[in-house]
Amino acid sequence: MKFTVDWLKNHLDTKFNNNQIIDKLTNIGLEVESFESSKSELDTFIVAKIINAKTHPNADRLKLCDVDIGSDKTIEVVCGAPNAKNGLLTVYAPPGSIIPKNQMKLSVSKIRGVTSYGMLCSESELLLSNESDGIIELKNNKYANKIGEKYFKNTSEKVIDLSITPNRPDCLGVRGIARDLSAAGAGTLKINKKSNLKYRGNQNINVTIKKEKAQGCTIFGSCLIKGVTNKESPKWLKDKILSLGQKPISAIVDITNYVMFDLNRPLHAYDADKIDNEVIVRSSSKGESFEALDNKKYILENDMCVISDRSGVLGLGGIIGGTRSGTEYSTKNILLESAYFLPRSIRKTSKQLNIDTDAKFRFERGIDPLSIEEGLIKASELIKQICGGEISNLDVKKVDNYKKTIIDFDPFLFEKTTGFNVENKELIKILEKLGFDVSKNKKILKLVVPSWRPDITQSIDIVEEIVRIKGYEHINTSEPIKTRLKPTLNYYQKLFHFLQRSVASKGYLETVTWSFTDSKINQLFKENDEEIPIVNPISSDLNVLRNSIFPNLLFYLKKNLDRGFKDISLFEIGPAFKGKNPGDQLTVIGAVRAGKVSRLSWNDKERIVDTFDVKKDVIQSLCEAGIDKDDIVIDDKTPSYYHPGKSGGVYQNKNEKNALAYFGEIHPNIIKKLDIKTEGLVIFEICLDYIKDSKQKIKDSKSEYKFSDFQKSERDFAFIINKNFKSQELVNIIKSVDDKLIKSVRVFDVFEGENIPEGKKSIAVNVTIQSEEKTLNENDLENINKLIISSVESKSGAKIRS
Amino acid sequence: MSDIKKIKDDYIDKLNTENNVDKVNNIKSELFGKNGIISNEFKKLGSISVEERKKLASDLNNIKDELQNKISIKIQEIETKEINLKLEKEKIDVTLPERDIKIGKIHPVSQVIDEISSIFSEIGFSVEEGPDVENEYNNFTALNTPDNHPARDMHDTFYLDNNKELLLRTHTSPVQVRTMLKGKPPFKIIAPGRTYRSDSDQTHAPMFHQVEGLHIDKNINMGHLKGCLNYFIKEFFEVDKIKMRFRPSHFPFTEPSAEVDIGYEIKNGKIVIGEGDKWLEILGCGMVHPNVLKNVKVNPSKYQGYAFGIGIDRLGMLKYGINDLRAFFETDYRWLSHFGFDPLDVPSNYRGLSR
Repeated sequence: MKFTVDWLKNHLDTKFNNNQIIDKLTNIGLEVESFESSKSELDTFIVAKIINAKTHPNADRLKLCDVDIGSDKTIEVVCGAPNAKNGLLTVYAPPGSIIPKNQMKLSVSKIRGVTSYGMLCSESELLLSNESDGIIELKNNKYANKIGEKYFKNTSEKVIDLSITPNRPDCLGVRGIARDLSAAGAGTLKINKKSNLKYRGNQNINVTIKKEKAQGCTIFGSCLIKGVTNKESPKWLKDKILSLGQKPISAIVDITNYVMFDLNRPLHAYDADKIDNEVIVRSSSKGESFEALDNKKYILENDMCVISDRSGVLGLGGIIGGTRSGTEYSTKNILLESAYFLPRSIRKTSKQLNIDTDAKFRFERGIDPLSIEEGLIKASELIKQICGGEISNLDVKKVDNYKKTIIDFDPFLFEKTTGFNVENKELIKILEKLGFDVSKNKKILKLVVPSWRPDITQSIDIVEEIVRIKGYEHINTSEPIKTRLKPTLNYYQKLFHFLQRSVASKGYLETVTWSFTDSKINQLFKENDEEIPIVNPISSDLNVLRNSIFPNLLFYLKKNLDRGFKDISLFEIGPAFKGKNPGDQLTVIGAVRAGKVSRLSWNDKERIVDTFDVKKDVIQSLCEAGIDKDDIVIDDKTPSYYHPGKSGGVYQNKNEKNALAYFGEIHPNIIKKLDIKTEGLVIFEICLDYIKDSKQKIKDSKSEYKFSDFQKSERDFAFIINKNFKSQELVNIIKSVDDKLIKSVRVFDVFEGENIPEGKKSIAVNVTIQSEEKTLNENDLENINKLIISSVESKSGAKIRS
Repeated sequence: MSDIKKIKDDYIDKLNTENNVDKVNNIKSELFGKNGIISNEFKKLGSISVEERKKLASDLNNIKDELQNKISIKIQEIETKEINLKLEKEKIDVTLPERDIKIGKIHPVSQVIDEISSIFSEIGFSVEEGPDVENEYNNFTALNTPDNHPARDMHDTFYLDNNKELLLRTHTSPVQVRTMLKGKPPFKIIAPGRTYRSDSDQTHAPMFHQVEGLHIDKNINMGHLKGCLNYFIKEFFEVDKIKMRFRPSHFPFTEPSAEVDIGYEIKNGKIVIGEGDKWLEILGCGMVHPNVLKNVKVNPSKYQGYAFGIGIDRLGMLKYGINDLRAFFETDYRWLSHFGFDPLDVPSNYRGLSR
C-alpha cells in the first residue's frame, strides 16, 4: 500500500514530522517497507567542474576534458562546446542518462578515437532554454561546493510503502491508516465534509441481484452520471496516481482508482451507453467468456459472480471489468458501481482464473459493506468537478443486510494476556478512536465493531487492538521461567545427535540436501518403496520425495568429483520417505566414501577405499552409540543398489528382522548409469528407527566389573575350509567351544590359491584362552586345542592345516 | 706392595684408553677372575703376618675398589657412547608429513540447531518433532488458517496429491498441533526441523529450517514471551546486550502477534549484531490464538501461552557471516569444510555455546 504524507494529511491533522509518522506506523503494526521519492530520470545529472580542457588529438574543434564529478577520480569527457575551459562549473550526464531533449540514452562511446565517459550538457539539451551554443555555465558562488550533487532537485514527494497484513483490509485505504494513527495519538482524524451534491433524476438502468445459492454479491449500489466529458486528469490527480506507482489513464478511471486507495472502496465505471438494457448480477455458467480490461479473454467456470447485461458478461464482479462496457475519452454517460462481494467467492474465482487486481485484493480481504454510498458520492463529486455531468439518485440493491458484530469484553483479559494494565479510560478512548461503539455494563464493555473491521470477531482481537495501539514497548520483559516438564531429548533424539557427531568424527563432512530428488536417480535406490511424486515440484529434476538418502548424496558426490576432489567422505542424516502419509518416514544416515585411503604418501602404500573401511566406520559408530559389539551379527543380504558380493547388513542380534545398517560397495551398474568417475566408491547407511531403545540409562545397565589375573595363553590355528564359509561362523564355532575360557578369536590371515585346493580357502585364527579360576596347565590347554579342532572340523567341514 | 700399585696404575691407564666393552670385561676377569691378579693377591694375604696383613688388606681393598669403580664407569661410558651413536644414526626428519588427517565436519544448520536446543534446554524446554509430510488440517486449518484465508497465499505449498490434502509442511507449527493433541497441558517445547515452500531465488530455498517454540500454562503472558526471546537472542548471539524490538504483526495462529527485529550495523563490510540503528527481522511470535487451543482440545479460558517460529538458516547466516542461503544445500566440499564445525564442538552451557 503506497501513499504520500500529503495524501495522509487529507485525512489526518498532525504535528508529527515524517520520521515520527514512519516510526508510529511501524509501532502499531503497519510495517513500513520503504519511504523514498519515486525515482526520476533527472536524478543522474550532476554538478561537475572541468579541471583540464585540452585539445582532442584527432579533432581541432573537439576538447578532451578531465572532469571532477565529486568522486576520487576525474572522468574523461569529449566535448565540442567552445566554452569548455579549465575551472568551468557545468552539468555532467553519466552513461545511462536519458537526455530530456531527444530522449536518447547515453552510452560510453569513442569520439574520433578517444573514449568519452558521458557528456557535458547545454541548456537546450536539458530543456532549460533554447541555448545550444555551449555547455551550461554555473555560477561559482552557488555551485562551487556542490560538485557531485544532483543538479535537479527531485521534487516528487516521498512515498510511504506499507506492507499490510491480510487481516487489515481497512488499511488498504489512506483513511484507514489515518484512523489508526489518530488512535495512537499521532493526530486527529478529519471529519468528512458533508456532501452537498445535487441529484437529478433516477438511475434508470435496472439492476437485479439474482437470488442464487452461489451468489457472490450481496449489495449493488450505483448511480448514473450523464453528460460527462472524459479527459486527461488534472495534475494533482495524476500525481496521486503516479505516487501509487500506477499510470494515469483518464479522469474517470483515475477517479475510481483514487477513491479505492483513499477510502478502500473499489468502484467500477461503465460506459452506460454500452450496457444492453439492464444490469444482472448472477453466477456464471461454464463456458461463458468475456474480454477483460487487461486485454485477456477469460473463459468462465460455473458459479463465478459476473455483472452482465442482456448480451452477456460485462465483467467479473469485484475483480475486473470488461472491454465491452469500458469508459473511453468519448464516453458521455457513465454508470458508477459500488458493490459488496463476498471474500470467499472473490478468492475462489480469482484463483481459478489466476487474476490479481487491486479490487480483488481488497474484496478478498473484506470491504466495508457500509461504504457503498460514501464511495458513490465521493467519486461522483470528483467526476462532476472534473468532467461535469449530472448525477442521478443513488440506487442500492441488497439481498442481505449487514449485521453488526457485538463483543462483550472483559478488560481483565487484557492484563491477563499482555501482563500489564491499561486504565479503563484509556482503553475506551483507544477503542472509540478506532471506531468502536463502546457502552459499559458493570465491568464488561459492550463493543460494537466498526463495519470496516471484518477481522475482529472475539475478545482476543480487542486485546490485540489495545496492545498494538498502546505500544508493545509497554510489555514487560519477564525473567524466563526455568521449570522443566520433561527431559530435553528422548532416546532417539540423543541417538540422532550422537551418531551424527560419531560419523563426522570419522572424517565425513556432513551435508544437508533437499528432501526431494530426481525420480530418475531415485528409481535406482527405491527398492520396493512407492514413488512419492510432488504435484507441483520446483523443477522436473526435484520431482519426488526421496526414498533414500543416496540419490542426492551420489548426485552431489559426482559434482564434487567433477570439481576435482578425489578423496571424498560425505554423509547426511535426515528423512527417507517410505510412503506419502504423515509419519511414513525413517530417519537415516547415508554416507559415501570415494577415492583412496592414502594418496601421494611418502610412507604409506596407496590403497583404494574398500568395504572394510566403511564396515569399520559403521560398526565403530554403532558401538560408540551404545550398541554392544558382541551382539552385532553381519549378513550378506543387502538392497539391490549394493554390489551383491561386496556388501553386508548389520543386525542388532540374530533374531532381528530389519537390518539397522548396510555397508559395502555400490553396484557397478549404478556407478556406470550415474557416470561417476572415481577409483573406489563405498557407502553405508544406518536406520536410526531400527535401533532398539535400550530403555536403560548407563547407570542402570553397567554390568558387574569382573577380570582375571590368571595367565593368558594364545594359540594359532589354520583351517582349510570351503570358500563360501563365513568367517563369522567359524569364530562363533570356536567361541562356543567354551564361552568362559575363550576370551577372543582373531582372524589374522585369509588366503586362497597356491597350495590350497580349488573352492577352498585358508583361514588362520588366533585364540586367547584364559580361566577366571586358575592358571591352565599344558594338559588343560591341549584339551581345549583338541576340542577347538574337532568342533570346527565337525561343524564346518574344515580341516586343520598341519 | 709397590708391584700392586704399579699393576693398578698400568690397568688404570689401560682402561682409560679402552673403548670396547668386551675388552673391558676381559680386563675385569684378568683382575678379578678366579685366577685374577687381584684375586691372587688376596689369596696371598693368608700367608703373611697379622701386622702386615692388616696394612696390605686395606691397601688391596682400596685398589680393588678403585679398579672396580673405574671398570663400571668405563662400561657405562662406552655404553652411553654406543647408544648415542645409535640414536644419532636413527635420527629421522620429523618435519615429514604425518599420516593423513581426515577431518569431518558438522553442517552449520546442525550446529545451530544444537546451539538453539542447548539454550532452550537451559530454561526447561524439551524437543519435539513432527513429520515432514503433513495433512492440510495440521498445517493450516487447525492453525486457524482456513482454506479461504488470504494468509495461505503467503505459503507457497508443495502438495503430494491433487486434492491438496497431503503436503510438505510449510512451517514447524503443525508440531504444536500434534504435541497438544497427544498430551495434556502444560506444554513447553521447541520443535526444530525441515520446512518447505515452493519458492526459489537468492534468498529463498525450497527447503529451509525453522524452530517452533510453544509454552502453554495457566498464566503465561506476553511478558514471558518477551523475556524468553530476549534471553534466547542474547545467548544465541553471545552478546551482553542486544537491541530488540517487538512490533505488532499478524499470523492467523497467534493473537496478539509480533515480529521481532534486532538492531545491527555494518562495520568494515561485516554485519554486527546487537548495536546500530538498522533493524533486521528475525522471527515471528505471539500468544496462541484461542481458536487454535480449541482445535487441539485445550480450554482457552484455563490455559494460555505463547508460540514463536524462527528461521534457523537465517540465524546461522547472521551469526557465522554466511551470505548465501542456497549454498547451505549445495554440498560443495569447499563450503562444507569452510563453514562446518568440528564434531567435538558440542554446544553446551558449561563448555560454552561456541568456541
